[in-house]
Formats: sequence, structure tokens, C-alpha cells
Amino acid sequence: MSQLAEDVAARAASDPTYDGLRLSGLTKSFGGGFTAVDALDLDVPKGSFFALLGPSGCGKTTTLRMVAGLETPTSGSIVLGGNDITYAKPYRRPVNTVFQSYALFPHLDIFENVAFGLRRRKSAQVKEKVEQMLELVELTEQSRKKPAQLSGGQQQRVALARALINEPEVLLLDEPLGALDLKLRRAMQIEIKRIQTEVQQTFIHVTHDQEEAMTMADTVAVMNAGVIEQMGAPAELYENPRSTFVANFLGQSNLISGTVVSRAADVVTVEMHGIQVSVPTGRTHVDGDQGWVGIRPEKVLLGEPGEQLDAPGNTIPGGVITDVSFVGVSTQYLVRMPWGQELQIFEQNTGRRRMFASGEKVELSWRPEYAFLLDQSQDATAGAQRDGQ
Amino acid sequence: MSGLSRWVREHLVLMLGLLVLVYTFVPIFVVVGMSFNDPGGRNVYQFGSFTLDNWRDPCGPDDLCSSLLTSIQIGLLATLVATVLGTLAAFALVRHDFAGRSASNLLIFLPMAAPEIVLGSSLLALFVASGFAGQLGFWTILIAHVMFCLSFVVVTVRARLAGMDDDLEQAAMDLYATPGQTFWRVTFPLVLPGILGAALLSFSLSFDDFIITNLNSGNTTTFPMYVYGQERVGVPMQVNVVGTLMFVVSILLVLGSEVRNRRRAPA
Amino acid sequence: MSETVRRKGKVGYLLLAPAALWLVLFFVIPFYSLVATSLFDQGGSDFRGYQMTYAFGNYVDVVQEYAGPFGRSLLYGAIATAFCLVLGYVLAYAIAFKAGRWKNLMLVLVIAPFFTSFLVRTLSWKLILADDGFIVNTLQTLQVLGDDGRLLATPIAVVAGLTYNFLPFMVLPLYASIDKIDHRLIEASSDLYANPFVGFFKVTWPLSLPGVVSGTLLTFIPAVGDYINAQFLGSTNERVIGNVIQAQFTDANNYPVASALSVLLMVLILAMVLVYVRRAGTEDLL
Repeated sequence: MSQLAEDVAARAASDPTYDGLRLSGLTKSFGGGFTAVDALDLDVPKGSFFALLGPSGCGKTTTLRMVAGLETPTSGSIVLGGNDITYAKPYRRPVNTVFQSYALFPHLDIFENVAFGLRRRKSAQVKEKVEQMLELVELTEQSRKKPAQLSGGQQQRVALARALINEPEVLLLDEPLGALDLKLRRAMQIEIKRIQTEVQQTFIHVTHDQEEAMTMADTVAVMNAGVIEQMGAPAELYENPRSTFVANFLGQSNLISGTVVSRAADVVTVEMHGIQVSVPTGRTHVDGDQGWVGIRPEKVLLGEPGEQLDAPGNTIPGGVITDVSFVGVSTQYLVRMPWGQELQIFEQNTGRRRMFASGEKVELSWRPEYAFLLDQSQDATAGAQRDGQ
Repeated sequence: MSGLSRWVREHLVLMLGLLVLVYTFVPIFVVVGMSFNDPGGRNVYQFGSFTLDNWRDPCGPDDLCSSLLTSIQIGLLATLVATVLGTLAAFALVRHDFAGRSASNLLIFLPMAAPEIVLGSSLLALFVASGFAGQLGFWTILIAHVMFCLSFVVVTVRARLAGMDDDLEQAAMDLYATPGQTFWRVTFPLVLPGILGAALLSFSLSFDDFIITNLNSGNTTTFPMYVYGQERVGVPMQVNVVGTLMFVVSILLVLGSEVRNRRRAPA
Repeated sequence: MSETVRRKGKVGYLLLAPAALWLVLFFVIPFYSLVATSLFDQGGSDFRGYQMTYAFGNYVDVVQEYAGPFGRSLLYGAIATAFCLVLGYVLAYAIAFKAGRWKNLMLVLVIAPFFTSFLVRTLSWKLILADDGFIVNTLQTLQVLGDDGRLLATPIAVVAGLTYNFLPFMVLPLYASIDKIDHRLIEASSDLYANPFVGFFKVTWPLSLPGVVSGTLLTFIPAVGDYINAQFLGSTNERVIGNVIQAQFTDANNYPVASALSVLLMVLILAMVLVYVRRAGTEDLL
């Protein structure tokens, strides 16, 4: 999958008539020396559902606003389908936005809200188009109501319809589901995905919710401190993160300090606290020999000391269970290792294995192909979700 | 605790509040009542007997209706000028950045913090000093009224503008509206209620002003000045007719806009 | 939501200019003119003209001669403001927390009486407090007032009139402040063992302070400057500073004295407001 993303980028770079959206060296500095977006290079292929994922303040919204024309870049360029739109006025570019606050015009009814863009461009058949669009988002019966009379989910759909009806070359979604409750958000995620498949337009979705980005987009770019940390298909990002930030921001990771002891063609051997484990070469992202061995909590298997596990590989003895949380579909364990670190392990409740109790001695093991190796110069807690997030 | 005493305890604050409200209405009842009064004798501050004469002939007393007309003319003109100038200034203060913005805010604030007698005597001092003492009248009243209405217009419209979601204008631009279209299709309609409210406030401030007007009026008589002048000799009952009419018309205006709002947004 | 983008450039000045010019011409310069007039020689007149003699003595004169009306203005204004605060708080609290769906209607009713002319309303108090009126008779029966006791032409009537006339200036800012208070905070305080009184003074009252401050200012300033209530409801013993200034301007034609009184009133009010606002710790109101 990473191959695909790289292919797309390579093809785009060599092709002057790239039909997608290309950001080159895009930079936005604000007064006071704060750089929100720092020399960003990004290609968004035409027709893709692209997610820009990152914590608040990472520059994703500023990037989006520059594409929309609501913010002027300090330097760099924005090229859409071969046209340079870097400095084009917002009302002169074929880009529409679904605002986080929806920004529905309170003095206009739903019909007129949706028709707004068409009327500005003096389109023909406004009535037919609006009716068709309202049907697509299932709001035909609300067309003469004012935005304030609609529920949050309905308002969200109006905002979507109002942007989509203009058939923009790129549709920008700025945290569009942020104001909805969890259940509605789920439903809308599926809904927006369905609409995107139907209309086949380019969607760029800005969000801080990693689950939302992974569920909806076919390509996710993880952004941090004004730059793209890593870009690729959701599964690729999750399974093979290249930085501690990505490893922690997308799901959770155990990161254990280690030193490379030998390198073979396809496997690297790392010693961590006296135990040797191997990591596939394609999953090592270190400059020197010092690294973080990373493993996702659900990839770790728990066993009694000496127990033969069905997927043996790297085995680490000497763990003691310090906490057991039963969450239904899985059980989450905290295991204290001999070197003092507490590791997280998620075990699916298939019913075939017994639950361990707090205080029990255990052995950990995982298949070498699930591990990854990150550079030790990076902060092991970068991108970790804080309490309450 | 019995049901009654619990009910009283729970509703005590509301009852007291309603009592205060009733207190504010007592003078209105008096005004309405007195508009049907035939005082008979000399004491016009006492109810004599019921009559419809005051309503049949509201313009009976000399100068009453001409002073009313003067007040309405000045009110409308002052409202027009103050609303236009004040709205422009509010846009400048909310939407534009320039040196002296905070000084301008102070300039807007001060007239509202000054007692009317000070505003009125200042203007009079200027008119006298610049040799306009002989020309006091309609136009000097108008100048004064625009002056004290301006600040209230700026404050009202500014609040409305500042409370407006900036995303709305950005959304309009995003949806192919040029700056001009954005202003007339989105910004203006959204600020309009604030502007109308400011205009209404201006008119009632102007219509009701006595202290500033009195100092700068020359021989021109507004309705409040007429009432003031008649107070010593006994106010004609028709003044109560005017008072009642003002109350009724304002209430109808307010209720009308309320009903319109409700019909628009039956939440 | 994004931050307000303020455009730079000349357009701002152009939009502001007419209003600013108007206020400079008819508020700032007049005030300067008022200060100047207050320093003119008292010997001048309309016809002979005035001499600028920097007669600071004018201020000494007016303080000596008109300390009484000054004191009464401030006293009546302060008492009326206090009454307004009590009545207004009850009403604002009832509307904000107890009125339920009648909230909007009650708010309209608060303002409604004030659609009628200020002077006409004040005149009707003359009737309400009349010597043989219902209130005076009742108070006489209850022996609160003596048999020939009266309300009209007393300080009580003036304060009653002021309280009545400026009540909405108190209620509206109070309501705005109280309405914003999260009702759960009061529930939380009662959960934390505060009885309703303690809860009120520890939670509701402090949170409504901004409204209290702006309400008292909006009531006090016009109440001090007003002289209609004193004129209609009081006697010559209740003359306030507004009466004096007005009379000096229009009847006595003594512009220097009238101006000195006016400047002094403005300075006094500004000083009191500044001290008050500083002590209340809500300077951002200004």
C-alpha cells in the first residue's frame, strides 16, 4: 500500500498536467513568528477521499483554509487541475467548504441555503438541482424551514448539500462531524462516504479523530507541527508507523527502548533490556542503532511462564500483571516488565483463553512481522492521547 | 409543610417580581384613566367624571398637536441621521483596524456616561460662544438629538455585528458571492435587526428628551417641553390621550414583531 | 469559528469619520466651550459679552452657594439607585430563573411602561401621591403619616419618582447578567451544604456583579442629573443641581456660574464612577 502512495506521488511529480490538487512548499506564518504550516508538499489525487489528520493546532485547518482561499499563503503554491489558484479569491475557485460550525445562513431557508452558490453563478435549473440535492441528503421535507429549526445532523447535511451542489473540483470538510454525538457521527461517516462514492469528487477531510479519518478516507496524511509526518492508506499507517507520533496518535503503541545488534537482508535484530527480538527490515525507521521497538497492544499474546503459544516469535519473560480491565469485546491488561516499564496488552474475548488475574506472572510474545522500529531521538510519548480525549 | 405554604415558598420570588412589575404599570393605568377624565373643577390631578371628550378632540388645547408634530419631525430626522452615521461607525469599529480605534471607542462611550444636563449645557455654551444663541430652534435641537442618539446606535449595531459568526461571510465567499453580494445577501440582512432596533431606540430617546432639548430649543416647542410648560398651569387631559396612544402604538409594534418572529421560527 | 479579521486601510476612517466628526463638533468642542465659559468673568452678559479671566473663583462661589442642591442630587440619586437595585434584582431574578416560558413577555412588560412620555409618567405620580389620594389617606389611617402629613412636595416623592423612572436601566443589565448564570452552579452550591441564602450570597450575587455594576451606573448617572422629578414632585426645598443649572442658563442668564456647576457635576460623577468601578473590580466595563 505504501508503494501505491509513493507511486501516486512519483507520477504526479513527473506529470505537469496533474489533474489533482497539488500543494508545493506551502507555508503560512502568522505575526509573532508562529508558522502554522511549514513548506508543505502534498498531492491529492482527483476523486480521492483524502483525510488530513492531526491534533488541534497542527496546521491542518490553516492548510484547508488556504486551499479554500480564506487564508493567503506566505509562500508556496496551490495548483488545482493545472491551474494556479494560490492567490485566487475564494469566490473564484472551484472549491467549496463544509464549515465546522456549518455556517448556514440563518435568515435563509434550507432551499435558499442550498441554492446560494448556484444563484451566485447564475446557474440554470436551480429548482431542479436543489430538489435533487435535497433528495440526496434526504431533506426534501425540510426545504422551507430555517436552519435553526433543524437538528444538528440535519444542519450538517444541509451544509454538505450546500457545498456539494456546486460540483466543486475539491470539497473541503473542516471537522464536519465535530458537533455531533457519537451515534450520529457514526451514521454521518457512513453517509458522507456513500455520497462521495456516488458523486466521485475529491473530498479533503480535516479531522483530529483518528478513527474517523481511518474509517472514511482512502488516503490519510498525518500532520504534526505544520508538516506531514506520514501519508498512506489507513491500514498501512496503522501497521507500519514511521514515527513515534504516528504510532501513538493512531491507536496505541508499546514503545520499548532497544539497540540494534545485527542487520541481515530482511531482518534486524534488536536487543531490548537483555532480550533479543527481530524486526523486519521494511519496518525499521532508524538512523542509528538506538531505537524504540514498537508493538501494538492487540498484537501481543499473553501466556503463563513456559507455556507454548500458538504464535511464537519474540518472547519476553518476567512480566507481572498489574491491572485487568474487562471491556467486553476485549480484556485490557497492564503488565509490569522486569525493567520497570508497564506495557499494554489487549486480548480479544474469544472465550478460548482464560482471563489472567492481577499479580499473576506472565510471558509476552509477538510475531516478529508485527513489530516496528522507530528512531530513539523521537519522543516516545509524542502524539499520545491525553486523558479525556 | 402544607401544600399551600410550599407553593408560596416556591413562587415567592416570582410573586415579588410580578409585584414590582405591577408597580411599574400603576402610572400607566393612571394615564389611561385620566385620558377619560373630565376634571370639572380646577384640579387636574384628580379624577372628576368620565368623558370621551379628550379622545374626540385630542388637538383641542393650543399648541399640543403642533408640539407633537415638531417632536415627530425631529425624532424621524434625528433617527435617520443617527442610524446612518452610527451604523457606518459600528462597521468601522468592528470590521476595520486603524490607529485611534480605542480612542474612538472612548469617544462613543463618553456621551452615554455624561448626564443630560451636562450634554445640554455644553452645547448651549458652544452655541452662545459662537454667536448662535439667537438661532436656537429646530435645527439646534436636531443637532443635539443626533449627538446623543449616535452613541446608542453605534453600541447597538456594534453588538449585533460583533455577535455575528464570521464563518457566515466566509461561507458566502466560498459559495461564489463577490464581496458586494456577500454584504448585501448575508451581512446586511443579518445586521438589519440591530439597525432597526437602534433606530427604534433613537426615535424614543429623541421623542422623550426634555433636559437637553429645553436648553437648546429657542422658541421651538417639542411635546415634552409642552408638557413641562403646562405643568404649572395644569396639564390638559389630552396629554394623557397622547400618552395612552404612545403606549398602545409601541406595544402593538413590539407584539407585532414578536408574532412575526414566532411565525418565522415555530421552534 | 474564526477570529474577526479587521481590514486595514483608509476605509475604516471613511466609515467612522461622519460620526466621529459629529461627536467632536457637538460633544467634545461643546464640553471644551463649557469649561471655558465656566472660567469667564461673571460680570459679563449676553449683550455685553464675556471676558475670559480664568475666574477659578467661579468654582469656589458655586461650591459655597450650591452645596445644598449638589448634596441633594447625589443623595437622592444614591437612595433611588439603592431602591432600584433591590426592586430590580427581585424582578430580574424572577424573570431569569422563575418566569419559564413567560420570560420574553415579562421582559417586554418591563420596558412597556417606558414607551409613554417620561414627563407624562412623572406627572401621574403627582396624582398617585396627591394629598387626598388613596396612598396618603391609607398612610394617614395607619398613622404612618400625620393627619396633615403629605407625600407630594417631600423628598420621599422625589426619590419615589426617580426610583420609578430609572428602574428599567437597572433591570435590563441585571437580567442580562443573572440570565447567564448556569443554574447548575446554584444546585452545586446546595449540594455542597449551602442553604438558599448562603447559596445566593456566595454564588448568585458574585456572578451577577457585572450586571450590578453597570445597572447602578446606568441608574445613578441619569438620576443625579435629572431635575424633572424634583420639579414635578418636590417643592423648592427639594431643588437639585439640575434645577439650578437650568435656571442659571435660561432664567438668570449667568452662563459662567451655570457652566461651572455643570463641569463640577461631570467631574464629580466621573470621579465617583471611577472609584466605584475600581472598587468593584470590573474596570473592563468602561
